Amino acid sequence: MARLEDHREIQHTSRMLVLSQVSKRYGGTEALTATDIQVSNGETLVLIGPSGCGKSTLLRLIAGLVQPDSGTITFEGSAVTPASILLARRRMGYVIQEGGLFPHLNVRENVTVMARYLRRDAAWIDGRLAELAQLVRLPQELMTRFPAELSGGQRQRVSLMRALMLDPDLLLLDEPLGALDPMIRYQLQQELKTIFAELGKTVVLVTHDIAEAAFFGQTLVLMRDGRIVQTGSFRDLARNPVEAFVEEFISAQREPMAQLAAALG
Amino acid sequence: MKLTGRIIAAVLTVLCAVSPVRAAAGGEAAPAQVTVGSKVFTESVILGEMLQLLASEAGAQATHQRQLGGTRVLWNALLGGDIDAYPEYTGTLTQEILVDEKLRTQAQLEQALADRGLRMTAPLGFNNTYAMGVKETLARRLGLRTISDLKKHPDLVMGFGNEFMDRADGWPGLQTRYHLPQTNVRGLDHDLAYRGIASGTLDVTDIYTTDAEIAYYKLRALEDDLHYFPVYNAVILYRADLAQRAPEVVAMYKRLAGLIDAPTMSRLNAQVKLDGRSESAVAAGFLRRSLHLDVDEQVTSPWQRFWQHTVEHLVLVGISLSAAILLAIPLGILAARRQRIGQLVLGVAGIIQTIPSLALFVFMIPLLGIGGPPAIVALFLYSLLPIVRNTYAGLKDIPPAIVESAQALGLPRGARLRIVELPLATRAILAGIKTSAVINVGTATLGALIGAGGYGQPILTGIRLDNTALILQGAVPAAVLALLVQGIFELIERGLLPKGLRGQPGRAASASPP
Repeated sequence: MARLEDHREIQHTSRMLVLSQVSKRYGGTEALTATDIQVSNGETLVLIGPSGCGKSTLLRLIAGLVQPDSGTITFEGSAVTPASILLARRRMGYVIQEGGLFPHLNVRENVTVMARYLRRDAAWIDGRLAELAQLVRLPQELMTRFPAELSGGQRQRVSLMRALMLDPDLLLLDEPLGALDPMIRYQLQQELKTIFAELGKTVVLVTHDIAEAAFFGQTLVLMRDGRIVQTGSFRDLARNPVEAFVEEFISAQREPMAQLAAALG
Repeated sequence: MKLTGRIIAAVLTVLCAVSPVRAAAGGEAAPAQVTVGSKVFTESVILGEMLQLLASEAGAQATHQRQLGGTRVLWNALLGGDIDAYPEYTGTLTQEILVDEKLRTQAQLEQALADRGLRMTAPLGFNNTYAMGVKETLARRLGLRTISDLKKHPDLVMGFGNEFMDRADGWPGLQTRYHLPQTNVRGLDHDLAYRGIASGTLDVTDIYTTDAEIAYYKLRALEDDLHYFPVYNAVILYRADLAQRAPEVVAMYKRLAGLIDAPTMSRLNAQVKLDGRSESAVAAGFLRRSLHLDVDEQVTSPWQRFWQHTVEHLVLVGISLSAAILLAIPLGILAARRQRIGQLVLGVAGIIQTIPSLALFVFMIPLLGIGGPPAIVALFLYSLLPIVRNTYAGLKDIPPAIVESAQALGLPRGARLRIVELPLATRAILAGIKTSAVINVGTATLGALIGAGGYGQPILTGIRLDNTALILQGAVPAAVLALLVQGIFELIERGLLPKGLRGQPGRAASASPP
C-alpha cells in the first residue's frame, strides 16, 4: 500500500506544473473557462492563439499575478496559493514582452535585485552575473547601462538573465520576442532554444506566431475564446485539426510564406 | 517667535521656580504674565498698545497680540484664556456677541460677562459708533444730510466693511429700519473702503465715528435720524482671574476710564494713520501726557522686525510642511494600494482643500486658541492634498508591466515599494511637495490674523494703514521664500532622483522606450 502511494507521489512530481479546472473571469467576460493543463519536467510547452484567447491570462495565473476563480494550480507538488506564491516565484523565472525592466536600475542591479534582497553572497552574485552574461551573450561593459540605453534585443537578454538569476525550475515567457524586429527576433529564437536545451529547464512560452511555436514547442496548446481548442505537436495540429479554426489559424500564417516561396520560385 | 517666545518664557518660569539663585534673590514673586489683544484696525491696536504699556508699568510681563482677526477671534481668545484683556465696545457686546440674551441695562451686561468669567472697565470716554459716510462734495450735490436722505438715491454704490455686512447690527438691520432701496452693495476691508470712496468707485461706506480718515478724505457722516445705531462705548474687557492674578494691572486699566474723549481718540488715530507714527509711540505719548506715566514705547528696528517675521514664518512653514510630508506620503501609498480607502482619503483631503483658508484658520481657534499652533495645524491640513494626490498618481502611473515584473520576481510588498515603486514615483512625489510648499508659504501669511505672526504681519499692518511699502515688506519676502523653498526641493530632487530617470522629461514612471 505504502509503496503504491510512493509511486503515485513520484509520478505526481514528475509533473512540474498541474492546472486542474482553472477558470478566470474579468468582470462579465470569461477570460479562461475551466481548463486542465499538465507540464512535465524539462518540457517546453507553447501556448498559442489569437489576441484575447486567454493564453496570457493562463501564464499570469501560473505566476500568481492573478488569482483563479476556481480550480487549483499545483507547482512542484504543492498548491499555489496567495500564501505560498512568494516562495514559489523564486523557483519561477518570468519574462514579458518589452522586458519589464526597472528603468531606474542599471543592468547589473536589474538582474541581481532579488538575489541582493535575499542577501546572497556578493561573490556568488558576481559569479552568477558573469555566467549569465556569457550565456545570453551580453558584453560585460553593458552591465552599468540603464534600460533606456539598450536596444530591444539587449533588453530581452537582460530580462532573461534576471529570470534565470536564481536558477529557477520553471521559465515563464510571455511573448518574449514580440516587440523585436524580424532579424533580431530570428537570432534570439535560435539562441533561446540553445539556452533552453543547455539548461534543461521546463518552459511555458506564450506566442501568437505559429512558426515560433513550432520552432520552440514539443507541445503546442492552441487556444481560442478562453478555452483550449487542441493540444499536440505542430505536426498533429497541422495534420489532424479538430476543428476548422485550427486549420484557419495555421494557414493564415503559412499562406504569406507560401506566397513568398512562389514569388521566388 | 511668539510661539518660541512663549515656550522660552514657560521654560524660564519653570527654571526660576526651581532655581536656588531665585531664592537667593530674595523670594520676590515672579512678574505676572499678561497678554493683551487687539482687533485688526488702528484704534484697537493703539488701545492694545496702551494696555501693554500699562501692564508693564504695573510690573507685569506684558505681551500684545496685535491685530488678531475680527471680534470673534478676540472674544474666543479671551474666553479661552489666550489673552487676558482687549479693548471692546459695549454696542458690539450687546448687539453682536451677546445679542441672543437681549441685554437692556449696564447691570445685565455686567452679569452676562461675569457668568463667563469676564469683566469690563467703565467706559473710556468715547462712543465709536457706526455712521454712513459720504464724500462732502457728493453729499452737497445730492443734498444728503441724514441716512433717510439715502432713500431718494437708489443708484448709490454702497461698500461696507466685511464685519458690518454680516453683523446683526450692521447693514441688514440698517436696510430694514430705513427701507433703503440700494441693491449695489459689496463687502470689503474697512480700510480699503476709504480708498474706494476716494477713487469714486464707492459712494457710501460705513465709518467709525473716531476714524481719522473722516477728516482726511473730507467725508460727511450722515445723521442717524432714526437712532438705529446703538452706543459703542469703548471699554476694556478682561478676564476676572486677571483681577486676582495681577490686581495692580487691573487697577491701572481702570485709570483709563473717562480719559479718552472722541476728539482725542480721533486725533490718536490720525497720528498713526495720517502722520505715520507707530501705534506704540502714540500710545506711550498719550499715557505720558494724560497719566504722567514714565512709559517708553517699544522701539524695534525694521531689521529686528524683519528677522522676527522671518523666524515666525519659517517656524510655521517648517513644522506644518514636515508634518504634512510625513503623513501624506504614507496616505498616498495607502490610497494607491486600497481602492476604497484611497477614494476616501483623496476625498477628505480634497474637501479640506476647498475650505477657504481664512475660514480654516478661524475654525482652529476654538480647538487650539490663537497663535502658532492653530496656524500650524491649518497649514498642515492645507499641505496634505497635493502630496497625497501626487504620491497616489505617481504610484498609479507606474506601468503595470513593471509592477508585475517586481511581483513575479517574488519580492514582497514592502520590498517592491521600497526598491521599485517609490523610486519610480520620486519625481511625482517631489512635485507634490513643491506645490504644497509654495501654497504653504503663501497661505502662512494669513497666520498673522490669528496671532501667529510671520510675513502676514507687515501685510496686515500695511493694509490697515494704507501703506504699500509696508505691504511689500511682507509680500516680497514671502514670494522670495516661496521661490527659495522651491529651489531647495529642486536640489533635493537632483540628489534623490534615480540616475536612470534623470534627463527624462515628463513622467518619472514612464516605461523604457522601445
